[in-house]
Amino acid sequence: MSKVIPINPTQEFKERTRHVLNDPAQRQNFRGAMDFLQAKRRAQFPDADELQTLRELGSQIRRYSLANLPRLLEQLEASLTANGIQVHWAQNPDEANAIALQIAQRVQAKRIIKGKSMVSEEVGFNHAMQAAGIEAFESDMGEYIVQLAGEAPSHIIMPAIHKTKQDIARLFEQEVPGVSYTEDVDALIQIGRRVLRHKFAEADIGLSGVNVAVAETGTLCLVENEGNGRMCTTVPRVHIAITGIEKVVEKLEHVPPILSLLTRSATGQSVTTYVNMISKPRQPGEKDGPQEVHLILLDNGRTQAYADLELRETLKCIRCGACMNHCPVYARVGGHAYGTTYPGPIGAIISPHLLGLETTYPLAFASTLCGACAEVCPVKIPITDLLVRLRNEAQARPDTEDASLRGSGAARSLAQTTVWSVWSQVYSKSGLYKLASWFMSRGRALSPSDQGAWTRSRTPLVPAPKRLRDLMKDHADKK
Amino acid sequence: MSARDQILGRLRSAPLNTETVTPDVAGWFAGHRTSDNLTQRVARLRQALEAVRTEVHAVTSDNWVSVLLGIVATKKLRHLLIGHNTSHGEAVAQQAPAGLQIVRYEQAIEAWQAQLFDGIDASLTLARGALAQTGSLILWPTPAEPRLMSLVPSVHIVLLDAHTIHADFHAAMTSENWAQGMPTNALLICGPSKTADIQQTLAYGAHGPRELVVLIRQQQEGVAS
Repeated sequence: MSKVIPINPTQEFKERTRHVLNDPAQRQNFRGAMDFLQAKRRAQFPDADELQTLRELGSQIRRYSLANLPRLLEQLEASLTANGIQVHWAQNPDEANAIALQIAQRVQAKRIIKGKSMVSEEVGFNHAMQAAGIEAFESDMGEYIVQLAGEAPSHIIMPAIHKTKQDIARLFEQEVPGVSYTEDVDALIQIGRRVLRHKFAEADIGLSGVNVAVAETGTLCLVENEGNGRMCTTVPRVHIAITGIEKVVEKLEHVPPILSLLTRSATGQSVTTYVNMISKPRQPGEKDGPQEVHLILLDNGRTQAYADLELRETLKCIRCGACMNHCPVYARVGGHAYGTTYPGPIGAIISPHLLGLETTYPLAFASTLCGACAEVCPVKIPITDLLVRLRNEAQARPDTEDASLRGSGAARSLAQTTVWSVWSQVYSKSGLYKLASWFMSRGRALSPSDQGAWTRSRTPLVPAPKRLRDLMKDHADKK
Repeated sequence: MSARDQILGRLRSAPLNTETVTPDVAGWFAGHRTSDNLTQRVARLRQALEAVRTEVHAVTSDNWVSVLLGIVATKKLRHLLIGHNTSHGEAVAQQAPAGLQIVRYEQAIEAWQAQLFDGIDASLTLARGALAQTGSLILWPTPAEPRLMSLVPSVHIVLLDAHTIHADFHAAMTSENWAQGMPTNALLICGPSKTADIQQTLAYGAHGPRELVVLIRQQQEGVAS
């Protein structure tokens, strides 16, 4: 069964990163997968004008939805309630799990079958259910594989992206009774299908995420290819959907552009096999579908991001994963190195709100600021600007205006602060600059040979024997 | 104070974003829409469906049953699940050969779940429409043709009337005014179920149907494939 995702990026981030970088097989997996996903996405957007105008539209829809968020959440609640879907609000993971557990206990559920839901990973859903003696079984093929391996997903769209078919063949041979080793992908998928069909049939509750919630009609939209999402939301007698409060849009017509951007950016598909729109529990006369449908709306730090207009842009995210697919850092270190539910660039900018900057600030520094993420983001989140903002927040002096987040100032140290204030003085006063650069060039022999991370793979930095101003002077003297 | 009130309270106390514009979704689609006439829409739909391993047949109102029964024979299907009292389902039932067992979805799922999961080869449902741009079939399951018909059997056969094909998702929902009232469950289906979760290798038949067969029915005499 899945273990709790280790959330302590500060202490372990470097260690985990080093571990992956020293694993050539895993680096090759990620590189191959990223090249594949980048090419698939590129092929979906042959028309640059269409891409840019659609991104602008997507950005407008998400920004408009956020600007009206409290009103739209109330409208969503009213529409869903009128449709017979029960709405619950949770401020944090504990509240979300308690709501689900209360429902499970009331309907005497023993087994929960899960469709893909990153929010359920965020709240540690499986662990909370297990602790209460309820089985929570993953049904997305990738999620099933990582659960079987006792791991966490390493990518938000393709959870088992770090595993080769050989890894999965060995895993199935060891963990699935009666299965012998096969590297044939079709055969492996059919093994998963057989195991999980039984799980769908015997589950009491189906759990799913939500891709878009529509306020005007009270509709929960889910996209998927496998059909497990439809199974989870149709076969068990109770369906619980869990989502962040930011996923709402006002109108049904806002759905087509968002889904088009989502599927093309995520997996390079013009549409997924299934778009599943759920508006009601089973109605009188209907012969299948759940008798009860619940929606859990989760805050978990999202209101902190919402409180600041710049950081609010983070909440436009539609969870396509394109930013991680194009990130040079993610491609090298993979998803597990981040140590958070959401890895990659989006993980670096959303995790500080969910978990606090104290434990997550190193993620904002794990970026080259190359801007690939912001360039491909289908809803135009200015990811690099937000990374810089979070770096500043991490260094902010506590109890000042600059420190606005939970954990602001966590990276601040006396040594660094002193260095930067000296640097600031030197670079803003010409006399001081002249003097300092004179000492630097004359004292270059004293440059340390060990310059920390820099000299691990590079020659030491040594100041030039002559300053620019000295060279200019020599040049003028020669004339 | 309840969790709801606290969350809404925090959202309400946040600064207002004055830079938002009301999105013009209809305008964007109007400027980017292709596939105007029916012939083009049929061709586009067919191309998009075939790209995801879907079997597409052009049929007429006269020959569709015999085409369907030909498919049933080729695939050696032993059972066909049809809806409860649907005219298209009964049309097939009337001409079903001796080797094909017709099963009707007459009872609530609780009464026959094991049979549906393990003992049905194929199902037939009528599509409400389709989207040419993405190759999606629109299904609004009903008490007569419930949700699991298009999900559990290994082969899903869909009858689609050509005149119900829309250009795209936005065109379908606005021309039919979906926002006025959504059904319990509305679906867009494009191809058989699939996954690429193992090393990005595409495999069909993940959890839903392994095969999707679409019969595009035209009223006038057309050429059957």
